[in-house]
Amino acid sequence: MTATYRYLPDTKQDQEEMLSFLGISSTDELFEDIPPEIRLKGELNIPAAIPEPQLLKKMHELASQNKNANQYPTFLGAGTYDHYIPSVVNHMISRSEFYTAYTPYQPEISQGELQAIFEFQTMVCELTGMDVANSSMYDGFTSLAEAASLAVASTKRSKVLISKAVHPESRAIINPVSAGQGYTVEEVDLAADVTDLVKLQEQIDQDTAAVIVQYPNFFGSIEDLAEMKKTTEANGALFIVSANPLALALLQAPGKLGADIVIGDMQPLGIPMSFGGPHCGYFAVHKKFMRKIPGRIVGQTKDEQGKRGFVLTLQAREQHIRRDKATSNICSNQALNALASSVCMTALGKQGVRHMAQLNIEKADYMAKRLQEKGFMIMNQSPFFNEFVVELPRPVKEVNAKLLEAGMIGGFDLGSDYGFDNQMLIAVTEQRTKEEIDQFVEVLEASVNG
Amino acid sequence: MVEYNELIFEISRPGRIGSSLPESDVDKIDLYDKLPKHLIRDVQAELPEVSELQLVRHYTALSNKNHGIDNGFYPLGSCTMKYNPKINEDVARFEGFSRIHPYQPEETVQGALQLLHELQEELAEITGMDAVTLQPSAGAQGEWTGLMMVKAYLEQKGETRTKVLVPDSAHGTNPASATVAGFKTVTIPSNENGLVDLEELKKHVDHDTAALMLTNPNTLGLFEKDIVEIAKVVHEAGGLLYYDGANANAILGKTTPGKMGFDIVHLNLHKTFTTPHGGGGPGAGPVGVKKKLIPYLPVPRVEKDGEKYVLNSDHPRSIGRVKGYYGNFGILVRAYTYIRTMGPEGLRQVSESAVLHANYLRKKLEPYFEAPYSQVCKHEFVLSGSKQKKLGVRTLDMAKRLLDFGYHPPTIYFPLNVEECLMIEPTETESKETLDAFAEVMIQIAKEVENNPGVVLEAPHTTVIGRLDEVQAARQPILRYTKEKAAEREVVKS
Repeated sequence: MTATYRYLPDTKQDQEEMLSFLGISSTDELFEDIPPEIRLKGELNIPAAIPEPQLLKKMHELASQNKNANQYPTFLGAGTYDHYIPSVVNHMISRSEFYTAYTPYQPEISQGELQAIFEFQTMVCELTGMDVANSSMYDGFTSLAEAASLAVASTKRSKVLISKAVHPESRAIINPVSAGQGYTVEEVDLAADVTDLVKLQEQIDQDTAAVIVQYPNFFGSIEDLAEMKKTTEANGALFIVSANPLALALLQAPGKLGADIVIGDMQPLGIPMSFGGPHCGYFAVHKKFMRKIPGRIVGQTKDEQGKRGFVLTLQAREQHIRRDKATSNICSNQALNALASSVCMTALGKQGVRHMAQLNIEKADYMAKRLQEKGFMIMNQSPFFNEFVVELPRPVKEVNAKLLEAGMIGGFDLGSDYGFDNQMLIAVTEQRTKEEIDQFVEVLEASVNG
Repeated sequence: MVEYNELIFEISRPGRIGSSLPESDVDKIDLYDKLPKHLIRDVQAELPEVSELQLVRHYTALSNKNHGIDNGFYPLGSCTMKYNPKINEDVARFEGFSRIHPYQPEETVQGALQLLHELQEELAEITGMDAVTLQPSAGAQGEWTGLMMVKAYLEQKGETRTKVLVPDSAHGTNPASATVAGFKTVTIPSNENGLVDLEELKKHVDHDTAALMLTNPNTLGLFEKDIVEIAKVVHEAGGLLYYDGANANAILGKTTPGKMGFDIVHLNLHKTFTTPHGGGGPGAGPVGVKKKLIPYLPVPRVEKDGEKYVLNSDHPRSIGRVKGYYGNFGILVRAYTYIRTMGPEGLRQVSESAVLHANYLRKKLEPYFEAPYSQVCKHEFVLSGSKQKKLGVRTLDMAKRLLDFGYHPPTIYFPLNVEECLMIEPTETESKETLDAFAEVMIQIAKEVENNPGVVLEAPHTTVIGRLDEVQAARQPILRYTKEKAAEREVVKS
């Protein structure tokens, strides 16, 4: 073994010195405790090593086989959005003191990360109007499942009601989770584009641990949380709101509308789409659930000199202490993406985040009006944020093929998840220009006529 | 360096901004025309207001208070803190990977699907499994996914088994995952050699045993040499074997969990496959399975149909989705790039070097610390601070003293079955010079404990902050910034 791999520093001499110190002649002797019958005889059957220049070329080729949002303006949303990410975000998260560190177990040499998380928790509390937020979760979907688990554990009830207007993947993921933990999940039907409040009243009972809704919902519509809270509270269930953090810049904070737990994904604020991950779930609760919240939490304290510092805290809830009695099995978070999101929220700032949200609502509104002018039916009856549903006279797939030919990525087909054939969920973020929107509308019009 | 202790909120001033967005190019909207009043935000979210340079200085100052692998040696046992290659970071940021939407038509993401498909096949080869899902976000979610497949598999066979066996040296996630998946955990004690006690195991394995979860090499860094027999015992009782891949860095190209007899494996790509830990995540925890469990893998699965790559959800016995979309794609891109960089010989050398380094360091330190399991280790080893404890210095103190020399301490007080445990994992990417220098410092600390314990007990001396009051943090939690709390701080200062 000579140092032929740039990540392996041992020279032949290093290796010989270490072997001789150990009194052996080959590294093979260090693997003799592996029974011979289970040792690999030859090398692994995987492709050979590629030097960096060729590998970069190969990876560029692979990447170029994907049509990215820079070349192809995208009108897809449905939980993942193409938003502007200030250049500073990537620069800050590329500080390798952050990204090559582990979970901050040694606070004396992790104050940077710990403070960044403390600031992230604060920003999440501000947006959601809640008292306590954790350091982040895998993604919005798992946050939702963890919220349901918290509700079941804390109410000791065994049924969770989830609106059909919640993201289909959230509703899919909660199934194996509930199966593991032995509670049932019932879906609450739609009344047009929002949760059916009458059905909700019929389905809720004294065994209901929580009601879960999305704000804005999967169709972009803004649910009336105040009405739902009344029903939920009257039955002693917890009110869980899955919210788009960007929309919260303009919408009333769920905390002010009675939410007990607010969860969601920070992806719209500073995190690239990356084909669906890694994103960054957030999890915020009313203070009465502070000691039941899953995941890592950072708290402020002092050192021996009275100097302010930050530590991981309330760890008695966690798996490495509680093992099989932990509130959750999760031990990692999405720290680096939480940092990305903090940097993005800081760059946008108090005014910028509202401005961005306002651009979204205006552009989506503009596009919906243009489509209506051309005779298309917009299915949303409630006000919407940056997404809405349009009905097409042809299958969405066909229309999307036309859009692709014209150099654009079309919207989400509601056929397979909802059976709403020929209905397309369109997202319009601040990234889309008036020209792109107009062009999209033109192609839609042409595809209908042609 | 000038000390910096401000929160971003404390340097915020109304009217400043750190970004520029265009003015609207479409008609303006008055929210009050669109929304009912009670759904419009009444109090603005107090996000920071700083200029771009202030932002950059703030986060740069924070980064200066953080220790990562790029700063120095990080022998944190069980976490495999090896070098995180820069090319991986560049590649994951290519627009063709970072700016693609998960719901784009399959024909517009063939490159991404090809990458996922090839990574699945390579990880299957590396682990000796028949198929792999890339969906789970991290090791713990991988464990849970694996156990849910165990459950589905048993149900299909018409069996309900309630017990998951876990050795006492296991990671805390193992029993926690078992509970979350609806199983009861039974702890199996280790024998005096630090290995699974085969006789104890036999006592607990029965028709109610769903699975045994095992890390091999185990968390003491020791290879469970009876693994073939262990697998036989569990399989004969109708149970399955789950491999916690946290320690896979020791076995690449040497053996596979498949050969050992495991049915399910998770890997932590953020350990063995160099994706950055990111200060706590994101990671990725792919799960591999043997043939009989393939029908239960999460959907959608990435498959090859002729020359095309497709996402297929048509697997009726699947446990369903465990994660949004297709896993932490950006992390998977990094791991793929790493595997391509190393190739088969390179990966094998990774494990050979990792194990050589661990044994070299172990032998250097054993004369100075209690070595509860003095034998050939794999990629990591444990020492006990019991000798030093008798002199009034605890492992925690020695860990804090290491900070003064610019080292991240080893994992401490884990595994739980070793008194005053220090768990050291040097990794293959460190040079012999680094190992020698670290050994010298450890030996110096051991001598300090004997001759000058005060310097260890009062450590750290050189960090930006001293030991923090964790009890107060938990008793009177301050979990977010508020202006009122800041005001209190001003009073304390003056």
